[in-house]
Amino acid sequence: MNIVVCVKQVPDTATERKLRSDDKTLDRDAADGVVNELDEYAVEEALRLKEAHGGEVTVLTMGPGRATETIRKALAMGADKAVHLSDDALHGSDALATSYAMAQTLKKIGFDLVILGSESTDARTGVLAAMLAERLGTPQLTLANKVDVDGTAIAIQRVTDYGFDKVEATLPAVVSVVEKINDPRYPSFKGIMAAKKKKVETLGIADAEIAAELVGLAGAWSEVAEFAAAPPRAAGTIVKDEGDGGTKTADFLASKKFI
Amino acid sequence: MSEILVLVEHVDGEVKKVTLELLTLARSLGTPAAVWAGPGYSGDAKARLAEYGAEKIYLASGDDLVGYVVAPKAELLATLVAEKSPAAVLVAATAEGKEIAGRLAIKTDSGVITDAVGLADGFVADQSIFGGGVNVRSRVTKGTPIVAVRPNSTAPEASSAAATEEEVGFTVSDAAKGAKIVERVKQEKGARPELTEAAIVVSGGRGVGSADNFAIIEKLADSLGAAVGASRAATDAGWYPHQFQVGQTGKTVSPQLYIAAGISGAIQHRAGMQTAKTIVAINKDSEAPIFELADFGVVGDLFQVVPQLADEVEKRK
Ligand SMILES: Cc1cc2nc3c(=O)[nH]c(=O)nc-3n(C[C@H](O)[C@H](O)[C@H](O)COP(=O)(O)OP(=O)(O)OC[C@H]3O[C@@H](n4cnc5c(N)ncnc54)[C@H](O)[C@@H]3O)c2cc1C
Ligand SMILES: Nc1ncnc2c1ncn2[C@@H]1O[C@H](COP(=O)(O)O)[C@@H](O)[C@H]1O
Repeated sequence: MNIVVCVKQVPDTATERKLRSDDKTLDRDAADGVVNELDEYAVEEALRLKEAHGGEVTVLTMGPGRATETIRKALAMGADKAVHLSDDALHGSDALATSYAMAQTLKKIGFDLVILGSESTDARTGVLAAMLAERLGTPQLTLANKVDVDGTAIAIQRVTDYGFDKVEATLPAVVSVVEKINDPRYPSFKGIMAAKKKKVETLGIADAEIAAELVGLAGAWSEVAEFAAAPPRAAGTIVKDEGDGGTKTADFLASKKFI
Repeated sequence: MSEILVLVEHVDGEVKKVTLELLTLARSLGTPAAVWAGPGYSGDAKARLAEYGAEKIYLASGDDLVGYVVAPKAELLATLVAEKSPAAVLVAATAEGKEIAGRLAIKTDSGVITDAVGLADGFVADQSIFGGGVNVRSRVTKGTPIVAVRPNSTAPEASSAAATEEEVGFTVSDAAKGAKIVERVKQEKGARPELTEAAIVVSGGRGVGSADNFAIIEKLADSLGAAVGASRAATDAGWYPHQFQVGQTGKTVSPQLYIAAGISGAIQHRAGMQTAKTIVAINKDSEAPIFELADFGVVGDLFQVVPQLADEVEKRK
């Protein structure tokens, strides 16, 4: 089975994240880049499926040059090779443009199964997997907390507000995973060393037949009009419990008409 | 004024609160037209949609609309966008609502905005990003604005309207039937309100200490008619089910009141609750970052404070 796992480099949530004042895009230089956490679960699931069914795991990342750090981590976990879609023309792409660029790349490299995280920690749109399914015309198997493949049949459990749905489809398909699906492995020393020798193919937009006018800031379908740091919340009242903390909290709730 | 399509969220035939919020919001920007997808429509549903200002209700009731993952609903909305040329389409910013919005955007070659917490003239959307640290105003620049609006960001207000019904002649295409839902598994939920819709959320974290101890969080929640949430530390430990996790990799909630007990307030937790209107924290560590957000905080042992609070709430009812 030919599995492609989409891995995004995001700014570390532990550091201060900013938008750039010039073009209002994410300031990727202001913070350390790390692997989007949910994508580690996607890589882990891809590796488990490969271990069970054979095949190959390819990492696909769209991002600037420094995103190679992220690719190396996924390779160190055990992925076989990587495709890095990187082009200045892609800077500032919104979800529609990103999904278009990635769908074009996926068509070029081919796949039986595409696996994504269900959400990135920076954009947090949570739409990319659905968009890829739409663009690729393949079944959408998103928000999975369990994936089973049997030949060309695939079944997942899709997390819902009330529990989960059991969903069935046929490969090729697009899957997104939630955090509780597995426990991602740590790269071993051997894995880290091996990753250095694995093949990373870098593609520009022309290589993937991506139309320049449909990507980047100019091609985007939406724009950030303005932004500002959120005003700090007014300082609250903090009391020490002296046996009456619950009562005092109730007084506060009553003053706000919650009770 | 031009029409604004509002996709109705419904469970067991009952219209969800977020839809009433979206109708209220749509009224401030145009003429709301509700879109009902799937079975379960009834006179009660109609009355509810009329009460909150739906001038029209587009009805598409086939089982196929809910028998496959997301694609059929996006296809229905795309058909309506083509036929009715609405000024915008609003959906709830739930996980599924966002996926519908994403597919619809591609089908209609339109821009999409997810997780809007406000929407003004010209469909300029307010968003709160980076764990609540930055406020953004954004807008769609191509096609029909498609906006996924976060539950609890508008107070629903009744204002009755005609709710003229119109059947939509619509058949789900084979292309949209790729992912078949073969079974729905409802896990026990009890009588509590749904986490993302609840006006009040009471959450417990590592400080709660065990699955059994979550009973005191539930008791407080029930006294307030609230939903129960949990930090990742609590769901990772298996003390509370994952679907109740609040935060970056869990649910985003925007309730009127959020009570955090035994939660430190890590940035990833804050990302899911920072837009709550009023925040109350109970934590034994006065240095816990959750207190930076709290409108009211108690430095103390949650095992003392929470049960006392629950008793007081019951007493004052
Ligand atoms: C990429 C990523 C995504 C994440 N996503 C999420 C997410 O979606 N949601 C989330 O919540 N976290 C998330 N986290 C984890 C987050 O960083 C924190 O680890 C987590 O929120 C901590 O949970 P906690 O506050 O319950 O535990 P802790 O940080 O351990 O805090 C427990 C608190 O309880 C207090 N306490 C202990 N005993 C008592 C007592 N008897 N009475 C009163 N107070 C007491 C302690 O003083 C302490 O402040 C994520 C982390 C990463 C890296
Ligand atoms: N630039 C990118 N490169 C590779 N994968 C991406 C990229 N952007 C998003 N993804 C994937 O899409 C998922 C959802 O992202 P988002 O829709 O931005 O919340 C992520 O978890 C990744 O798996």
